[in-house]
Amino acid sequence: MGADLIQSLLRRPAGLVSAILLLLLYGAALFAPFLAPTVPSAQDLQRTYHPPTALVWQDGRLCVRLYRLVDPSTATYQPIAGQATPLRWFSEGPAYRLFGLIPAKTHLFTVEAPAVVYLLGSDATGRDVFTRLLYGAGISLGIGLVGVFLTSLLGLTIGGLAGYLGGWADSLAMRLTEFLMAVPGLYLLLALRAALSSRFPSDATFLLIVVILSALGWAGTARVVRGLVLSLRERPFILAANILGQRPTVILFRHLLPNTFSYLVVAATLSVPGYILGEAALSFLGLGIQEPSSSWGLMLGQAQDIKIFMLNFWWLLTPGAAIILTVIAFNLLGDALRDAVDPRFRLPGR
Amino acid sequence: MTAFILRRLGTLVPMLLAVTLLVFALMSLAPGDFLTPVKAQRDINPALIAELSKSFGLDRPWYEQYLRWLGNILRLDFGYSWTYKVPVAELIAQRAPATILLSVCSLLLAWGLAIPLAVLAAARPGGWIDKLTSSAAYFALAIPEFFLALLAVWFAAQSGWFPIGGLTSLDHDFLPFGAQILDIAWHLILPTLVLGLGGVAGTLRVLRANVLDVLRAEYVTAARAKGLPEKVVLFRHVLRNALNPLLSTVGYAFAGLLSGSLLVENVMNYPGLGRLVYEAFIREDQFVVLGSVMVGCTLLVIGNLISDLALAWSDPRVRYGR
Repeated sequence: MGADLIQSLLRRPAGLVSAILLLLLYGAALFAPFLAPTVPSAQDLQRTYHPPTALVWQDGRLCVRLYRLVDPSTATYQPIAGQATPLRWFSEGPAYRLFGLIPAKTHLFTVEAPAVVYLLGSDATGRDVFTRLLYGAGISLGIGLVGVFLTSLLGLTIGGLAGYLGGWADSLAMRLTEFLMAVPGLYLLLALRAALSSRFPSDATFLLIVVILSALGWAGTARVVRGLVLSLRERPFILAANILGQRPTVILFRHLLPNTFSYLVVAATLSVPGYILGEAALSFLGLGIQEPSSSWGLMLGQAQDIKIFMLNFWWLLTPGAAIILTVIAFNLLGDALRDAVDPRFRLPGR
Repeated sequence: MTAFILRRLGTLVPMLLAVTLLVFALMSLAPGDFLTPVKAQRDINPALIAELSKSFGLDRPWYEQYLRWLGNILRLDFGYSWTYKVPVAELIAQRAPATILLSVCSLLLAWGLAIPLAVLAAARPGGWIDKLTSSAAYFALAIPEFFLALLAVWFAAQSGWFPIGGLTSLDHDFLPFGAQILDIAWHLILPTLVLGLGGVAGTLRVLRANVLDVLRAEYVTAARAKGLPEKVVLFRHVLRNALNPLLSTVGYAFAGLLSGSLLVENVMNYPGLGRLVYEAFIREDQFVVLGSVMVGCTLLVIGNLISDLALAWSDPRVRYGR
């Protein structure tokens, strides 16, 4: 059914476009160190709040214009007329480890040393926003995937058991989900963050955030899986399995839960944005990913400076655009998947 | 009706107990003893610390502290804020109205915009209103609230048309009463838009689907056959039934608003409950956190109650069913 699903998904324009977009985004996140011209922690205090460097075509090569600092107090830069330096493709730059393993030095493009290339400008300490955006993508997008995997696992197990066992296990699980859904999520998020921070080493913040978000996010999935299991339980094939004397665990895990799979794929896709937004919100508040790592929420959090608003450093808000783009892509993919999996889920009137 | 309200309020108690117990347990798991920095502060009277320690059992295990805290809450003693150096009840009484005001305004904005748009969109599925509102809603749902808030502050700073933050101007206290209200309204516009936009989109999507569902009912055909103008059919007969499922979800919408306002308040420097909770968490101001969480949850349940009442008022089946 997997190949069928993918085929029918790719036949829908929205599905195709969003799938390609997401592949590009995850590809960019995976190869971030190679695609980025520098490393995310490289500072340049002489070039703070540098505007995006313009690219020009000169002498048959793609070149970067050179800039001159006009007024340090308002961070005003001016392009120097007629001066540009060519981009060096596949050249050596700061050392990094691809996939965290393979040591390498080759970057897609860099420029000769005194000049710099800031495709999306620089931040308060002169770090390249484009580079940080790429590195941040790994964390922001990764949390979405890992979080959804954990939640689906939790929701499937708890919802499946609740629906199959019924009785007190069912009511206990359902009261728990109602509680989780009724409490303002961010309040609990803050409390969990405060409680758990000492139990995780500081470089495991990624894991900590995933655990927190999953612990709060499984309720919706569990409720729907329970509902599906409740209705599936009465079907003849489960009756047959019962009569054949199969053990309850076999019935649950071999017959009931696989039948909720198609729903689960749709729900998981549609809930990835929740994790991306959750991580962004936490990091934005300064409670998520910490320096020197970078994430989209953290970058936006650092853009909360009145100087940035007054002097119109718009490029520092690009992580927000990245978040919006990703969320829209996931929503489109989820809707297309839902239509592909089951026409009954389709909204009326479409 | 009174019995109904009382029963709903009864469900408030276990929920508040569960939430506060959870938050209490989580906060006591957090590292560090919050009394140590407090004792180091010179401007807090040691006698006051000793008195509070005794009254709240701060030297006891956390479950005993919780019971004592509960006992004090029943006597309306919410404890003392170490950072603001005032009783917590006073602090919350200052901040909660601002958050309620913001949430209610956003909810009104969401409904006021979403209801007519959704009915118009569903009246002609696939028409230009439908296409426009659907894509706008898609986009609006993808924008994180805090990013929208950042954009709003940026817009305010660039254009100078709106205040950059806060709820009142510096000279607020010296203004005549009418100008004071205008001042607050002027400060409220941007936060309300930011917080309400997601609500507009969400409400629009749900309501549009509901209206389309209801439009297929036989009484709609009957109303049309009777020769009623389409406007009356849509807004009197269809809308009223399509609203019911939405009314029952106002409570959850309110939960989302409280979470959202935490972010929006922090970005836009709005003096509400959300900012209070956040700052208290950062500074480990335990009583403030617990008190605000408790008040936040109470607001939530009251929101749920109002939505239930509205549902009972709008739908006779609910009213007589219980």
